[in-house]
Amino acid sequence: MHSPASLDATLAALADPTRRAILARLAQGEATVNELAQPFPISQPAISRHIKVLTEAGLIVQRVEGTKRPCRLASGGLSELGAYLDLLRGALTRNYERLDQLLAQQATAKDQ
Amino acid sequence: MSELTLETEGERFVIVKRRFNAPPEAVYRAHVEPALLQQWCLGPDGWTMPVCINEGKAGGKLRYEWTNAEGQGFYLTGEILEVDPPHRMVHVERMHLPDPTPDNHVVTTFTADGDGTLMTMRMTLPDAETRKAMLSSGMEHGMEASYQRLERTSGWT
Repeated sequence: MHSPASLDATLAALADPTRRAILARLAQGEATVNELAQPFPISQPAISRHIKVLTEAGLIVQRVEGTKRPCRLASGGLSELGAYLDLLRGALTRNYERLDQLLAQQATAKDQ
Repeated sequence: MSELTLETEGERFVIVKRRFNAPPEAVYRAHVEPALLQQWCLGPDGWTMPVCINEGKAGGKLRYEWTNAEGQGFYLTGEILEVDPPHRMVHVERMHLPDPTPDNHVVTTFTADGDGTLMTMRMTLPDAETRKAMLSSGMEHGMEASYQRLERTSGWT
Protein backbone atom coordinates (compact mmCIF):
# COMPACT_ATOMS: atom_id res chain seq x y z
CA MET A 1 0.00 0.00 0.00
CA HIS A 2 1.18 3.49 -0.77
CA SER A 3 0.76 6.23 1.78
CA PRO A 4 -2.40 8.22 1.08
CA ALA A 5 -1.69 11.15 -1.20
CA SER A 6 -3.47 14.42 -0.70
CA LEU A 7 -6.71 14.87 -2.59
CA ASP A 8 -5.23 17.92 -4.33
CA ALA A 9 -2.31 15.89 -5.70
CA THR A 10 -4.68 13.17 -6.91
CA LEU A 11 -7.04 15.60 -8.62
CA ALA A 12 -4.16 17.52 -10.19
CA ALA A 13 -2.72 14.25 -11.49
CA LEU A 14 -6.08 13.28 -13.00
CA ALA A 15 -6.70 16.67 -14.60
CA ASP A 16 -4.58 15.82 -17.64
CA PRO A 17 -5.80 13.64 -20.56
CA THR A 18 -2.36 12.10 -21.17
CA ARG A 19 -2.09 11.02 -17.55
CA ARG A 20 -5.60 9.59 -17.67
CA ALA A 21 -4.65 7.67 -20.83
CA ILE A 22 -1.54 6.34 -19.04
CA LEU A 23 -3.71 5.14 -16.14
CA ALA A 24 -6.16 3.51 -18.55
CA ARG A 25 -3.25 1.69 -20.19
CA LEU A 26 -1.88 0.56 -16.82
CA ALA A 27 -5.33 -0.77 -15.84
CA GLN A 28 -4.53 -3.40 -18.49
CA GLY A 29 -1.32 -4.41 -16.71
CA GLU A 30 2.26 -3.38 -16.06
CA ALA A 31 4.13 -1.43 -18.76
CA THR A 32 7.60 0.05 -19.20
CA VAL A 33 8.14 3.76 -19.75
CA ASN A 34 8.98 3.00 -23.40
CA GLU A 35 5.77 1.07 -23.85
CA LEU A 36 3.78 3.88 -22.26
CA ALA A 37 5.46 6.52 -24.42
CA GLN A 38 5.09 4.59 -27.68
CA PRO A 39 1.50 5.62 -28.68
CA PHE A 40 1.98 9.29 -27.81
CA PRO A 41 3.29 11.97 -30.17
CA ILE A 42 5.39 13.39 -27.33
CA SER A 43 8.91 12.76 -26.10
CA GLN A 44 9.94 10.16 -23.55
CA PRO A 45 11.13 12.84 -21.07
CA ALA A 46 7.64 14.38 -21.28
CA ILE A 47 6.09 10.98 -20.52
CA SER A 48 8.57 10.55 -17.66
CA ARG A 49 7.39 13.84 -16.18
CA HIS A 50 3.78 12.60 -16.34
CA ILE A 51 4.84 9.37 -14.65
CA LYS A 52 6.55 11.35 -11.90
CA VAL A 53 3.35 13.32 -11.23
CA LEU A 54 1.30 10.09 -11.11
CA THR A 55 3.85 8.45 -8.79
CA GLU A 56 3.90 11.43 -6.41
CA ALA A 57 0.10 11.35 -6.34
CA GLY A 58 0.31 7.73 -5.18
CA LEU A 59 -1.55 6.48 -8.25
CA ILE A 60 1.23 4.38 -9.75
CA VAL A 61 4.39 2.65 -8.54
CA GLN A 62 7.59 1.80 -10.41
CA ARG A 63 9.94 -1.08 -9.77
CA VAL A 64 13.47 -1.62 -11.01
CA GLU A 65 14.16 -4.52 -13.36
CA GLY A 66 17.66 -4.25 -14.80
CA THR A 67 17.70 -1.05 -16.82
CA LYS A 68 13.91 -0.95 -17.03
CA ARG A 69 11.49 0.77 -14.69
CA PRO A 70 8.12 -0.93 -15.25
CA CYS A 71 5.08 0.97 -13.95
CA ARG A 72 1.87 -0.40 -12.54
CA LEU A 73 -1.17 0.98 -10.78
CA ALA A 74 -0.62 1.38 -7.04
CA SER A 75 -2.64 -1.09 -5.00
CA GLY A 76 -5.16 0.94 -3.07
CA GLY A 77 -4.68 3.70 -5.63
CA LEU A 78 -7.07 4.42 -8.43
CA SER A 79 -6.99 0.90 -9.98
CA GLU A 80 -9.27 0.10 -12.84
CA LEU A 81 -12.27 1.74 -11.17
CA GLY A 82 -10.98 5.23 -11.88
CA ALA A 83 -10.00 4.26 -15.41
CA TYR A 84 -13.47 2.82 -15.95
CA LEU A 85 -15.16 5.95 -14.58
CA ASP A 86 -12.97 8.06 -16.81
CA LEU A 87 -13.97 6.00 -19.86
CA LEU A 88 -17.63 6.40 -18.88
CA ARG A 89 -17.18 10.13 -18.31
CA GLY A 90 -15.53 10.56 -21.70
CA ALA A 91 -18.28 8.73 -23.60
CA LEU A 92 -21.10 10.50 -21.75
CA THR A 93 -19.51 13.94 -22.08
CA ARG A 94 -19.35 13.59 -25.86
CA ASN A 95 -22.90 12.13 -25.99
CA TYR A 96 -24.39 15.02 -24.05
CA GLU A 97 -22.54 17.64 -26.12
CA ARG A 98 -24.26 16.13 -29.17
CA LEU A 99 -27.58 16.04 -27.28
CA ASP A 100 -27.19 19.75 -26.42
CA GLN A 101 -26.83 20.47 -30.15
CA LEU A 102 -29.84 18.32 -31.03
CA LEU A 103 -32.02 20.02 -28.40
CA ALA A 104 -30.90 23.45 -29.62
CA GLN A 105 -31.79 22.49 -33.22
CA GLN A 106 -35.22 21.31 -32.08
CA ALA A 107 -35.81 24.59 -30.21
CA THR A 108 -34.79 26.59 -33.31
CA ALA A 109 -37.02 24.50 -35.60
CA LYS A 110 -39.95 25.02 -33.21
CA ASP A 111 -39.47 28.79 -33.21
CA GLN A 112 -39.56 29.00 -37.00
CA MET B 1 -25.01 24.32 -20.18
CA SER B 2 -23.68 22.53 -17.16
CA GLU B 3 -20.84 20.16 -16.52
CA LEU B 4 -21.40 16.47 -16.21
CA THR B 5 -20.89 15.21 -12.68
CA LEU B 6 -20.16 11.60 -11.90
CA GLU B 7 -20.01 10.27 -8.36
CA THR B 8 -19.82 6.83 -6.88
CA GLU B 9 -22.30 5.82 -4.20
CA GLY B 10 -20.68 3.10 -2.15
CA GLU B 11 -19.19 0.31 -4.21
CA ARG B 12 -22.32 -0.51 -6.15
CA PHE B 13 -23.62 2.60 -7.86
CA VAL B 14 -22.49 5.52 -9.95
CA ILE B 15 -24.61 8.67 -10.13
CA VAL B 16 -24.40 10.82 -13.25
CA LYS B 17 -25.93 14.31 -13.30
CA ARG B 18 -26.23 16.72 -16.21
CA ARG B 19 -28.34 19.80 -16.92
CA PHE B 20 -29.88 20.42 -20.34
CA ASN B 21 -31.19 23.67 -21.73
CA ALA B 22 -34.54 22.18 -22.82
CA PRO B 23 -37.70 21.07 -21.01
CA PRO B 24 -38.06 17.52 -19.60
CA GLU B 25 -40.43 16.53 -22.45
CA ALA B 26 -37.70 17.17 -25.06
CA VAL B 27 -34.90 15.53 -23.06
CA TYR B 28 -37.05 12.48 -22.28
CA ARG B 29 -38.03 12.12 -25.96
CA ALA B 30 -34.36 12.22 -26.97
CA HIS B 31 -33.76 9.25 -24.64
CA VAL B 32 -36.49 7.01 -26.10
CA GLU B 33 -37.03 7.86 -29.78
CA PRO B 34 -34.65 5.83 -31.96
CA ALA B 35 -34.30 8.50 -34.68
CA LEU B 36 -33.12 10.95 -31.98
CA LEU B 37 -30.94 8.46 -30.05
CA GLN B 38 -29.11 7.65 -33.29
CA GLN B 39 -28.01 11.29 -33.50
CA TRP B 40 -26.38 11.59 -30.09
CA CYS B 41 -25.95 8.30 -28.21
CA LEU B 42 -22.71 7.41 -29.99
CA GLY B 43 -19.91 7.59 -27.41
CA PRO B 44 -16.52 8.72 -28.72
CA ASP B 45 -16.29 10.38 -32.15
CA GLY B 46 -16.17 8.04 -35.12
CA TRP B 47 -19.01 5.71 -34.15
CA THR B 48 -22.52 5.40 -35.58
CA MET B 49 -25.59 3.49 -34.41
CA PRO B 50 -27.10 1.80 -37.49
CA VAL B 51 -29.56 -0.24 -35.40
CA CYS B 52 -31.61 1.36 -32.61
CA ILE B 53 -34.62 -0.35 -31.10
CA ASN B 54 -36.27 1.29 -28.09
CA GLU B 55 -39.88 0.25 -27.56
CA GLY B 56 -40.39 3.12 -25.09
CA LYS B 57 -42.84 1.34 -22.77
CA ALA B 58 -42.68 -0.88 -19.70
CA GLY B 59 -41.82 -4.42 -20.81
CA GLY B 60 -40.36 -3.05 -24.04
CA LYS B 61 -37.02 -4.09 -25.48
CA LEU B 62 -33.84 -2.16 -26.14
CA ARG B 63 -31.20 -3.00 -28.71
CA TYR B 64 -28.50 -0.55 -29.76
CA GLU B 65 -25.78 -1.56 -32.23
CA TRP B 66 -22.71 0.59 -32.78
CA THR B 67 -20.10 0.39 -35.49
CA ASN B 68 -17.11 2.43 -36.72
CA ALA B 69 -15.36 2.99 -40.05
CA GLU B 70 -12.92 0.12 -39.32
CA GLY B 71 -15.87 -2.26 -39.14
CA GLN B 72 -15.54 -2.82 -35.40
CA GLY B 73 -18.77 -3.10 -33.51
CA PHE B 74 -20.56 -4.02 -30.30
CA TYR B 75 -24.12 -3.92 -29.11
CA LEU B 76 -26.32 -3.46 -26.07
CA THR B 77 -29.57 -5.22 -25.22
CA GLY B 78 -31.99 -4.41 -22.44
CA GLU B 79 -35.52 -4.29 -21.16
CA ILE B 80 -37.55 -1.31 -19.97
CA LEU B 81 -38.98 -1.92 -16.50
CA GLU B 82 -40.89 1.30 -15.79
CA VAL B 83 -41.71 4.52 -17.59
CA ASP B 84 -43.32 7.71 -16.32
CA PRO B 85 -42.89 10.17 -19.20
CA PRO B 86 -41.35 12.71 -19.09
CA HIS B 87 -40.08 12.26 -15.53
CA ARG B 88 -38.54 8.85 -15.08
CA MET B 89 -37.55 5.57 -16.67
CA VAL B 90 -36.04 2.41 -15.27
CA HIS B 91 -34.32 -0.18 -17.41
CA VAL B 92 -31.72 -2.92 -17.36
CA GLU B 93 -29.03 -3.17 -20.02
CA ARG B 94 -25.96 -5.22 -20.80
CA MET B 95 -23.14 -4.76 -23.27
CA HIS B 96 -22.17 -7.60 -25.59
CA LEU B 97 -18.40 -7.45 -26.11
CA PRO B 98 -19.43 -10.03 -27.46
CA ASP B 99 -19.85 -11.84 -24.12
CA PRO B 100 -22.63 -10.12 -22.17
CA THR B 101 -21.60 -8.02 -19.18
CA PRO B 102 -23.65 -8.41 -15.96
CA ASP B 103 -26.94 -6.51 -16.01
CA ASN B 104 -26.66 -2.79 -15.40
CA HIS B 105 -29.80 -1.47 -13.63
CA VAL B 106 -30.38 2.17 -14.57
CA VAL B 107 -32.84 4.67 -13.08
CA THR B 108 -33.04 7.92 -15.07
CA THR B 109 -34.99 10.94 -13.84
CA PHE B 110 -35.71 14.23 -15.61
CA THR B 111 -36.59 17.13 -13.32
CA ALA B 112 -37.62 20.61 -14.50
CA ASP B 113 -34.93 23.10 -13.48
CA GLY B 114 -35.89 26.66 -14.46
CA ASP B 115 -36.29 26.55 -18.23
CA GLY B 116 -34.13 23.43 -18.44
CA THR B 117 -33.91 19.90 -17.15
CA LEU B 118 -31.72 18.27 -14.55
CA MET B 119 -31.11 14.66 -15.55
CA THR B 120 -29.93 12.18 -12.93
CA MET B 121 -28.90 8.67 -13.87
CA ARG B 122 -28.20 6.07 -11.19
CA MET B 123 -26.35 3.11 -12.68
CA THR B 124 -25.04 -0.13 -11.28
CA LEU B 125 -21.27 -0.07 -10.96
CA PRO B 126 -19.85 -3.09 -12.78
CA ASP B 127 -17.59 -5.48 -10.87
CA ALA B 128 -13.81 -5.33 -11.35
CA GLU B 129 -13.77 -8.08 -13.98
CA THR B 130 -16.43 -6.34 -16.07
CA ARG B 131 -14.65 -3.00 -15.75
CA LYS B 132 -11.49 -4.60 -17.13
CA ALA B 133 -13.43 -6.11 -20.06
CA MET B 134 -15.04 -2.75 -20.80
CA LEU B 135 -11.71 -0.97 -20.52
CA SER B 136 -10.01 -3.28 -22.99
CA SER B 137 -12.86 -2.86 -25.49
CA GLY B 138 -13.09 0.88 -24.90
CA MET B 139 -9.35 1.31 -24.90
CA GLU B 140 -8.77 1.68 -28.62
CA HIS B 141 -11.28 4.39 -29.39
CA GLY B 142 -11.25 5.95 -25.91
CA MET B 143 -7.52 6.44 -25.97
CA GLU B 144 -7.60 7.38 -29.64
CA ALA B 145 -9.71 10.40 -28.68
CA SER B 146 -7.11 11.35 -26.04
CA TYR B 147 -4.32 11.13 -28.61
CA GLN B 148 -6.24 13.31 -31.05
CA ARG B 149 -6.75 15.94 -28.36
CA LEU B 150 -3.08 15.71 -27.56
CA GLU B 151 -2.04 16.16 -31.18
CA ARG B 152 -3.99 19.40 -31.28
CA THR B 153 -2.09 20.65 -28.24
CA SER B 154 1.11 22.41 -29.16
CA GLY B 155 4.26 22.72 -27.09
CA TRP B 156 4.18 19.30 -25.48
CA THR B 157 7.49 17.93 -26.59
